[in-house]
Amino acid sequence: MRRNGTSALALTAILMSTAAVRAETKDMRIAFSNNYAGNSWRQAMLKSYGAVAQKAVDDKIIAGSDVFTTADKEVPTQAAQIQNLILQGYNAIVINAASPNALNGAVKQACDAGIVVVSFDGIVTEPCAYRVTVDYRALAAAEIDYLATRLPKGGSLLEIRGVAGTSIDDDFHNGIQDGLKKHPDFKVVNSVEGDWDETTAQKAVATVLPSLPPVVGVVDQGGDGYGAAQAFKTAGRPFPIIIMGNRQDELAWWVDQKKANGYETWSASSAPGVATLAFWVAQQVLDGRKDIPHDIVDPYLAFTQETVEAALPKIPVGGVATIEYSLDDSKKIIADSVKK
Amino acid sequence: MTQSIAALPERRQLRQARRILRAALPALSLAIIVLGIAWLNPRAISYFGLTLMLNLAVPVTLATIGQMFVMATNDLDLSIGTFVGFVGCVTATVLHDDPVLGTAILAGCIGVYVLLGAVIYLRNLPSIVMTLGMFFVWQGLAILLLPKPGGHAPDWLKALMNSKTPYVPFPIVAAVVIAAVAYVGLMQTSYGAILRGAGGNAQAVKRAGWSLLKVKMLLYGLTGFCGVLAGLALIGLTTSADANLGNGYTLLSIAGAILGGGEFVGGRVSPIGSVIGAFTLTLAGSLLNFMHISPDWQVAAQGGILIAVLAARVLINRGGATS
Repeated sequence: MRRNGTSALALTAILMSTAAVRAETKDMRIAFSNNYAGNSWRQAMLKSYGAVAQKAVDDKIIAGSDVFTTADKEVPTQAAQIQNLILQGYNAIVINAASPNALNGAVKQACDAGIVVVSFDGIVTEPCAYRVTVDYRALAAAEIDYLATRLPKGGSLLEIRGVAGTSIDDDFHNGIQDGLKKHPDFKVVNSVEGDWDETTAQKAVATVLPSLPPVVGVVDQGGDGYGAAQAFKTAGRPFPIIIMGNRQDELAWWVDQKKANGYETWSASSAPGVATLAFWVAQQVLDGRKDIPHDIVDPYLAFTQETVEAALPKIPVGGVATIEYSLDDSKKIIADSVKK
Repeated sequence: MTQSIAALPERRQLRQARRILRAALPALSLAIIVLGIAWLNPRAISYFGLTLMLNLAVPVTLATIGQMFVMATNDLDLSIGTFVGFVGCVTATVLHDDPVLGTAILAGCIGVYVLLGAVIYLRNLPSIVMTLGMFFVWQGLAILLLPKPGGHAPDWLKALMNSKTPYVPFPIVAAVVIAAVAYVGLMQTSYGAILRGAGGNAQAVKRAGWSLLKVKMLLYGLTGFCGVLAGLALIGLTTSADANLGNGYTLLSIAGAILGGGEFVGGRVSPIGSVIGAFTLTLAGSLLNFMHISPDWQVAAQGGILIAVLAARVLINRGGATS
C-alpha cells in the first residue's frame, strides 16, 4: 500500500512537471510498424523515413527509432507486431496498417499502455490513434480543375480507376464526380480498371480505345498515365491531356514530349515521404502538444509544366517522387489541420 | 557380423533416445524461443507480457488443431485460412446483429465441412484440389459479406478473449484446455484410435467393420468446428473484421501441425505437439521483433527459424531411419 502511495505521488509530481515545462522527447523511442515493403512506393517510404528518423536520433531529438516490417501482409501478424512493440516500451508507434479496422484491438491496447499511435497511408479507425491522410478526393477534383483551365469548352474524358474495393479508389472516383459537377462541360465517356499499374492500364485503355469518341483528357489515379500514353500511341491516336501520378516513367515521358512538341499536363500523387510527417506528428504529441487534431491532412505533391524538369532527375528510375518533411514543415501542416 | 550383434543393444538405446528427442523437439524449440525472449526482453515474461504476446496464438492454435484433424486422415485443408476469415466476417456482422441467424450460419459452415469430407471420400477426390477450390469460395463469400473492412465483435466475445484469469494468463489457460480436450478425444478414446487408424491403415479399419465415410465426415466436421472457433477467437481480439483477415492461417496451421510433430501421411498427429507448434510460430515472431533485425532481413529470418526447427527434426528422423 505504502509503495503504491509513493509511486502515485511520484506520478503526480511527473505530471505536474510536464504541465509546467514542455516534455522533452530526447529519451523517447519511436517504432515504425509497416505491413508491406514490396513495391517502389513502400521502398521510397522506408528510405525517407529511415533518413529523417536517423537524423532526429543524431540531433538528439529522440533516443531511438526502429523500423519493423511484417513478413507477410497479414493482419494478425501486424497485430502481434504491435503487441510486441508495446512490450518493448516504445513511447510512440507509427503505423502503415494492413487493415483500417482489424488492427483496432491491438491499437487500443497500445493506447491503453500510454503509447502514442500515429497511422498514415494505411490508416486505422480506432479513435485513440492519429491519422495522417492524403485528401485523394480533393486531388481528383483538382485534376478536373486543371483540365478546365486548359479546355474551357470541356469535352469527353476517359477515367482510369485503381484497385476495386479500396478506399483510395473510392475517394478518387468521388473526387472526379465532384469535379464533373463543378465543370459540367466535361463528361466521362468510359472508365477502365488500371489497378495503379502501367501494364494493366495500357491493356485496359487499348481495349476500349477503338470504341471511344475523341477524348480530350484522361483522369486517373497515378501509376497508370504512362500506360495510357502507350495505348494511345499504339492506336495511332493523338495524345489527350493525360494527368500523371508522379511516377518516374510518367514524368520522363512528359518531359520527352514537352521537349519534342511542347506537350503540357499536370501531375499529382501522395508522396511516400508522408511517413516522415507521421513521424514528426508522433514526436510532437510526445513533446506534450495537446492541440493536435486526430485527423491531419497531408498536402499532396504536385508538379506543373514549370517544375517537372527540375524534379525528374531526383526521382530514381522506377520510383516515385517524394518529399521528406522537416520538423518545421510538419509544424506548418499540423497548424493547417488545426485551423480546419 | 559379430560386431553388429554386439552393437545391437547400444543401437536400440540410441533409437530410444532419438524417439524421446523427437517427441521432445516441439517443446524444446518452444523452450529455446521462450529463453531467447526472456534474455532479450525480460519484462515480456510477465502476466501482462505473456498475455500480449500469446493472445493471437489462440486462434492460430485452434486453426492448427483443425488442420491436424484432416491431417489425421492424410488430407490437407488449404481452405482453412479463408474459412477463418469468412467466419470472422460472419461474427462481426450477422452474429453481432442477429445471434440466432449468425449461429445458424456458423453451424451451416460446419455442415459444409462434413459434406466436403463425404464428397472427398465418396468420389475419391484429392483433398488439396477440393479445399483449394473452397479457399476461393470462402474468400468470395467473405468479400460479398464485407466488401469493405468493418463490423463489430459481439461484446461477450471481446470480454471472453480479454478475460483476466488468475495467476496464469488467459492464452495459456486456453491452450491447455484445447490441448487437453483434443488429446483425450483423439488419443485416449477408442473411437479416437479409429479416427487415427483411418489415416494409418484405412483398409484395416474398413475390414474391422468401421465406416470410413463416417470417419472422414467426422474429421472434416471437427476441422470446420475448430475453424469456427478460430474465427470467433480472432474477431474477439481484433474487434473488427476484414475479408482477408485469416488468409495466412492456411500456411500457419500446416506449419504448426508439422512443427508439433505431425506427418503429412500415416495418420501421425499430435494434439499437444500442435498446440506447442502454434505457440512456437507465434513466439518466433516476437523473438525476431525483439532481436531488432534490419527490416530487409526480417522476412527471411522468419522463414529461417521454421527451416531450422524442421531441419533439426529431419536430422533426428534420418538418423533414426539409418540405424
